[in-house]
Amino acid sequence: MNHLGPTTGDPLASAAPRALVVLRGVEKRFGTGTLALRGVDLTIQTGDFVSLLGPSGCGKSTLLRIIAGLIAPSAGTLDWPRAEHDAAGVAHPRLGFVFQEPTLMPWTTAVKNVALPLRLEGMARSERLERAAEALRRVGLAGFEHAYPRALSGGMKMRVSIARALVTRPDILLMDEPFAALDEITRFRLNNDLLSIWRETGVTVVFVTHSVFESVYLSRRIAVMAARPGRIEREIAIEAPHPRDEAFRTSAEYAAACRTVSAALEEAMAA
Amino acid sequence: MTNRIGDDAPSPPPVRRVLFLPAEAWPKILMPLLIGILSLSVWEIAVRVNDVPHYVLPPPSVIWQTLLRDWHSLSVSLGITLQITFAALAVAAGLGLALAVLFAQSKWIELSLFPYAVVLQVTPIVAIAPLIIIWVDDIRIALLICAWIVAFFPILSNTTLGLNSADHNLVDLFRLYRASRFQQLVFLRLPSALPLFLAGLRISGGLALIGAIVAEFVAGTGGRASGLAYRILEAGYQLQIPRMFAALLLICLTGIAIFLALGLIQHLALRHWHESALKREG
Ligand SMILES: Nc1ncnc2c1ncn2[C@@H]1O[C@H](COP(=O)(O)OP(=O)(O)O)[C@@H](O)[C@H]1O
Ligand SMILES: [Mg+2]
Repeated sequence: MNHLGPTTGDPLASAAPRALVVLRGVEKRFGTGTLALRGVDLTIQTGDFVSLLGPSGCGKSTLLRIIAGLIAPSAGTLDWPRAEHDAAGVAHPRLGFVFQEPTLMPWTTAVKNVALPLRLEGMARSERLERAAEALRRVGLAGFEHAYPRALSGGMKMRVSIARALVTRPDILLMDEPFAALDEITRFRLNNDLLSIWRETGVTVVFVTHSVFESVYLSRRIAVMAARPGRIEREIAIEAPHPRDEAFRTSAEYAAACRTVSAALEEAMAA
Repeated sequence: MTNRIGDDAPSPPPVRRVLFLPAEAWPKILMPLLIGILSLSVWEIAVRVNDVPHYVLPPPSVIWQTLLRDWHSLSVSLGITLQITFAALAVAAGLGLALAVLFAQSKWIELSLFPYAVVLQVTPIVAIAPLIIIWVDDIRIALLICAWIVAFFPILSNTTLGLNSADHNLVDLFRLYRASRFQQLVFLRLPSALPLFLAGLRISGGLALIGAIVAEFVAGTGGRASGLAYRILEAGYQLQIPRMFAALLLICLTGIAIFLALGLIQHLALRHWHESALKREG
């Protein structure tokens, strides 16, 4: 379920911000002794588009996986004020996750890959295939339902992966450097398509990237991270209104924002 | 959302086909065939020119005639050997798969049992075949057990490896959607293991045949069996060397046929992972 109805402009402009997930003092020490994260406080508002920006090794993936519930923090708390909670009080937010690799099952078709989360939920076959086909249309892959991953290009596989993450109509879409392995032209297209999806569905997005340009282009808010120990140094709001398009990429406003974020990133790395 | 799907799509080169087979497959078939024909010709000529007696080395033509003449008795033996081989392979596949699944459920079970599978693997079958033949009354079952022992390990070890080699991100994805262990097994681990299982099956196919033959050699000395190995022993006692070669030829051909058939199964089951099955648009 999306908590915001479809809007055409900026999803947050029409609704008062409500916290979807609140992290307080989150720390992660791995068994190897690496202190991957320390003292992370982060609130993600419903409908927001937040980027986690930082050099590799600063704990971006670790933070994303903690939000996804794939790894437990060693200290600190993670609250989902609006999500369903089970009898034990454990929150079960509806999540979508996109990895850096498309992570598709090579033995089955695009539509069945997309339908996987629904199949795991036990949804009936015809219904889930219909929903999966709809998700594929949404990412621009109508007509490729029965293609095997092998037959798809890198960008198309990534679209399938995004469709799979969206098919459950999640509250939050977690993306770990999803476009880092793609060429620039494909990446720009997918950036724009991701923004349309965000506007049309109202899904909250947490986007991990090491590209200043990508984070400024996409986000409403950027959490600038630094390493050793991994932490959030600063949060920067990117005020430029949505919808943004290619014209934004060449605007003075974009260039200024990129300078600000670059400076913040350098400062964070020096700190 | 627009329909810009051309993206970075690479277009696959069209496969050129000659007589139903991809053009580049023909050298793979023709070259070994050529070598085979050449060697057989040299063999035939050498035997005839030097007047080598047939009980030392029969020429290919005589072997072929013997095969046709004795086809009736040889084909019965072939049938028996094939039955044992396929039964052993089926049991090896079933048990290997089942045990590998059990291993995948618990590291402890794997740790405790895997070494014994290795023991089974490294023990020479000729050394334990006599025991098995003494213990098991029905000779066919005894042979089946021997063939199974030889064929079992590649399937078990390959499938175990395959079940454990599922993509880590996919495993995470299943956890994210709170999939049950059973769902993870059926929708993720088993399909991930399929290529390695089939590769194991292909190895085991040949081994099952070898196991069946070797065990029968051991058993055959008691004159109780009647598969192809027994024909070889029998022909040897009677110094009917062309018949011995004919039985040997049948064993070779059977081995090749099993290898090719399992290769075909492998290809059919995995072709979508390796080739585009779909015409691309745009
Ligand atoms: N499973 C793990 N076990 C031990 N150390 C890890 C593990 N995952 C990540 N790390 C370490 O934690 C730090 C942060 O890693 P990561 O979150 O992957 O960084 P990023 O995604 O920003 O590149 C790195 O030093 C990395 O080596
Ligand atoms: Mg990372």
